This record gives sequence, structure tokens and C-alpha cells, in this order.
Amino acid sequence: MITHLPQLDERQLARQIQHLLDEDLIPAIEYVREPNPRDHYWVMWKLPLFDARVVADVQSEVNACAAAHPDCYIKLLGYDRQRQTRAVSLVVHQP
Amino acid sequence: MTTSMSDPPAAALRDAYRPGVHEYRDAYYDPGYGPADTDILAAFRVTPQPGVAQEEAAAAVAAESSTGTWTTVWSDLLTNLDRFRARCYRIEQVPGQPDQLIAYIAYPLDLFEEGSVVNLLSSVVGNVFGFKALRALRLEDLRLPVAYLKTFPGPPHGIAVERDKLDKYGRPLLGGTIKPKIGMSARNYGRSVYELLRGGLDFTKDDENVNSQPVMRWRDRFEFTMEAVQKAERETGERKGHYLNVTAGSMEDVYQRAEFAKELGAPIIMSDFFTMGFTAHTSLSRWCRDNGVLLHCHRAMHAVVDRQHNHGVHWRVLAKWLRMAGGDQLHNGTVVGKLEGDRTATMAINDLLREDFIPADKSRGVYFDQAWASMPAVFPVASGGIHVWHMPELVDIFGTDCVLQFGGGTQGHPGGNSAGATAVRVALEATVRARGEGRDLAGEGPDILAEAARQSPELSEALELWKETRFEFDEVDRLDADGGASPERRPDR
Repeated sequence: MITHLPQLDERQLARQIQHLLDEDLIPAIEYVREPNPRDHYWVMWKLPLFDARVVADVQSEVNACAAAHPDCYIKLLGYDRQRQTRAVSLVVHQP
Repeated sequence: MTTSMSDPPAAALRDAYRPGVHEYRDAYYDPGYGPADTDILAAFRVTPQPGVAQEEAAAAVAAESSTGTWTTVWSDLLTNLDRFRARCYRIEQVPGQPDQLIAYIAYPLDLFEEGSVVNLLSSVVGNVFGFKALRALRLEDLRLPVAYLKTFPGPPHGIAVERDKLDKYGRPLLGGTIKPKIGMSARNYGRSVYELLRGGLDFTKDDENVNSQPVMRWRDRFEFTMEAVQKAERETGERKGHYLNVTAGSMEDVYQRAEFAKELGAPIIMSDFFTMGFTAHTSLSRWCRDNGVLLHCHRAMHAVVDRQHNHGVHWRVLAKWLRMAGGDQLHNGTVVGKLEGDRTATMAINDLLREDFIPADKSRGVYFDQAWASMPAVFPVASGGIHVWHMPELVDIFGTDCVLQFGGGTQGHPGGNSAGATAVRVALEATVRARGEGRDLAGEGPDILAEAARQSPELSEALELWKETRFEFDEVDRLDADGGASPERRPDR
């Protein structure tokens, strides 16, 4: 979603995560080593974070994924159950 | 059948044949009628000729668009007209317009063929629009019952599938029409496409009249633009597309162009649905569904029928018909740009394209509840005279599920197409980020853009170039004080 602005810093990312939670979206994290525009299925980092309630619940998982896969692109998603789609898709870490 | 001794014989109750001309209101005006869930309901703005009573004018519309003709015929008695006749069941005076009324008419479903927008048009907006007893007539809205809608396939993919195919979420999509629309060679045209896509647009677009002119034949254009699309995809790591306009003079040509687009790997093609006609467009829509190709719909010629507030068909009705016939993206005005479109009415039409249930609200020009019963949604496209300064307002007005198209607003950039596209993309992403941060897009728009411009020389230049450009003209067609359209007052702005 955001590719033409400087990478979000921790504080900016926190505000986007808060927005995602406020919108009642389900956060989820995916990563991949070599992104390809025709690749719909990046690797899931755990299951979607159904239990996340506050920003730290999400941010800690993003950080854990980045620590485990420092050479990968990491995407934060927001699943929208009402529309059966994603309402947010944001690259939050690049190697 | 049982009859008691005191009942008259059934034959005595049958109507006798009474040849001659009877008043329409005798058979077609029925204020006691309660519409059925399966009826198609219409709201017509009727301007009777002087001396024609309101009930008679309204009943005439119901009659002439269903079973009636000017005189009684003997064969009327061979059927049960109660089953087929349309009925005017309510009349409302238009506030501030003593010569106009809104006639509500209910059409039984048996009047219509399943799955045919064309049949609906031939019936409801057929001969009746030339009826002499009326000075003018406008179809303001139609309620399509679920039982009827379920006979239409609707958009080939819809918003959710289109986003999944393109892997683009959480923001409006960005497009741009290649200019000048006619005159460039296919190779030079492809250059413009490539530069816009690599700069940051998601799509570029053929203009509505770009078909296959002598200076740029369709096959050459398709080859060069698809090379541009694929190169931009490789370089940016994003899905890209060019709306290849397959509109042509015959369906054989349309299909030939669509097949070639698919062969080249084009993710999306384009139709001028109104000039091509609903039959042709519906066939193309079916082809797109069968072949997994997205369909962009341009509305060239719509203003011929929808612009005058007392005659024609309102755009909200044409937009509903397009959702039924099928399209993944449809042009629907910008509110802020160079083309006609009252803000409140435009937003209601966005809802009619995108939502599953739209409640009646005459202050928005919506006369009936409309349930779509899960028919896929259509992306509204805002196009025409918009530039970077409009971005926060556009996102505030249109929300996330829309396509924003910048033609001159990208290609007019001092640094050319790529810089112009980058400026627009940065403006969009800054706006969406600001919305996520809870900022007020309408109030803080200029600040949001100025902050983003500090790190984007392309945006900075675009903001400087277009800082004075606005299109401030009065709308020709405006909503009534209580709904519909009237020149008395504008409810919004």
C-alpha cells in the first residue's frame, strides 16, 4: 500500500496498526524472500493475530518476524471479515 | 367450481367489449395499490402538457410503458390485464416546480424478460418518452426487485476479486488517460503508458474514442502498450494494466480485439458501454467473465440522456443498469473536477455501485430501497480535470474503493509522465497514511500534501504548477429541496 513514501518508522507504524484495530480488522503477517507481483501467497507468520487487542500485540510479532527473517520482505495485513477480503496490505519491513 | 344459487352466473361478471377511447386513469391509476416485493418500481418526473390532469398524465405513463394503447381493443378481453398492467400508485408534487410531479409506478415482473437490460429499457423508457400529452418525462429511479436481479450475472469480477487479482488493497487505485488521445503512433503512445506506469500509476487508459484510427491501428497499440505494461511490472514489482479499448463497429471486431488482448496477457480491457449498446456490452461482459479479464466501462454519450433535469433518464438509473449488465469499473464523476455531477447525488450513485443495500433517501436522490442480493460491486471511477491538490478531498469523498484518474494531472507535469505519476502516487499514499493516523483530510489536506512534498520533488513541482486551478461552475442538474432535481437550491456545498 505504501511504496512511494519513506519506510514507516516505529511510531508511524504504531498509528497505522491502531487504525487497523480501530476498524475491527484482523491483523496478520506474511513474509517472502523474493517478492513477485504475481505471487499471491507469501509465507504466513503464524496464524492471523485474532487475539491482538493493542498495538504492542501486533508490533511485537512484526519485530519477531523481522528478527527471524531479516533477509525477507514483511507485509502487515488487515483481514475484513465482512467483505471477505483484505482492507490493509502494507510492507512494513524490507531487507 | 361451486356457485351458490344466489350468485349470478360467472359469465354475467365478465367485462363486455366497450370499444372506444377511455381515460387512462380508469385502468392505470390506483392509489390503493400496495406494490408487491417482486414489482419493478419506477419514479418518473412528469411534466404534463397544460390542461392535462396530473392523475391522467401519470396513468398515461404507466399505460404506455406497459399494456396500454390509445383505444380499447377487443383482444384486451382475451387476457387478464390485471396481471400485466403497470399502475401509478402514488403522485407527489415537486416542491417549487408547480408544473412537475413525481409519479410512482409499479410494474409486475411478468412484463419483463429475465436477464435483459435491453428489454427493460424498451419497456420502461420506450415509446412513452415521446408521448404527446407530456411536455417532458424523466426516469429518476428504479427499484429492481431481488427476484429480477438474480437473473443478471452482474460485474464479471467485482471490486473484491479485482483487488485480489491485482494484489492492491487499502487505497484507491490510480489511473491515467493517455493524451493526446488521437495522433500519436502506437510506439510513442506505448512510451507514454510505460512512463506513467513506472512512475506509480496502477493503470493507464485508452480514451473513449481511441478505437482503431488510421494513424494508430488497434493491434499495433495493443502490442506496444502491453510491452510497456509488462516492463513496468518487472521494474516496479507491482501489477499494472492498460485499459485496452475494444469498442468497435461490430461484435466480430470487438471479440477479435478482446481475444488478442487476452493473448497478450492484458489484465483489463475497456468498453464504451453506452455507444456500443447494452446488448453488445452485456455480451462483452460475459466474455470477460468467461476469460478472467477485467472490464473498465466508459460512459461516453450518457450526458445526452441524463443531464437535463426534467427529461431523460437519471444517471443513477443508467449506473444501476450497468451494474446489472456487468462491468468492473464505471466512470461516475469527480465532484471536484471539470465534469458535471452534484456531490450528494454522485455519492449516492457511488453507494449504488458499491454497496449491497442502499436505503431510500430522497435528499440524496434515492427514491427506493435497493437490495443487490450480493451482486458484485463496481469500482466508481473519478476522472476529468483532477490533480494533486484534489487528492485529500477525493479520498475523503470517495473513500477507498474507487479509481482516481489523472490524465492532464500527470502528463502535464513539468518533468513529464513519470514525474507526474510519482507526484500523484506520493500524494495518494500520504493522504491514505494521514487517514490512518486519524487526521482530518478535508481540513488538513494542504498540510498533508506540503509535508509529503518535502521529501518528493515531483510532488512539490506538481503542487506549484496547479496551485490556482479550480473548476467552479454551477451544476445544470441539481437535487430538489426534498430530493430529485430542481434549480431552486443546492443541498450540499
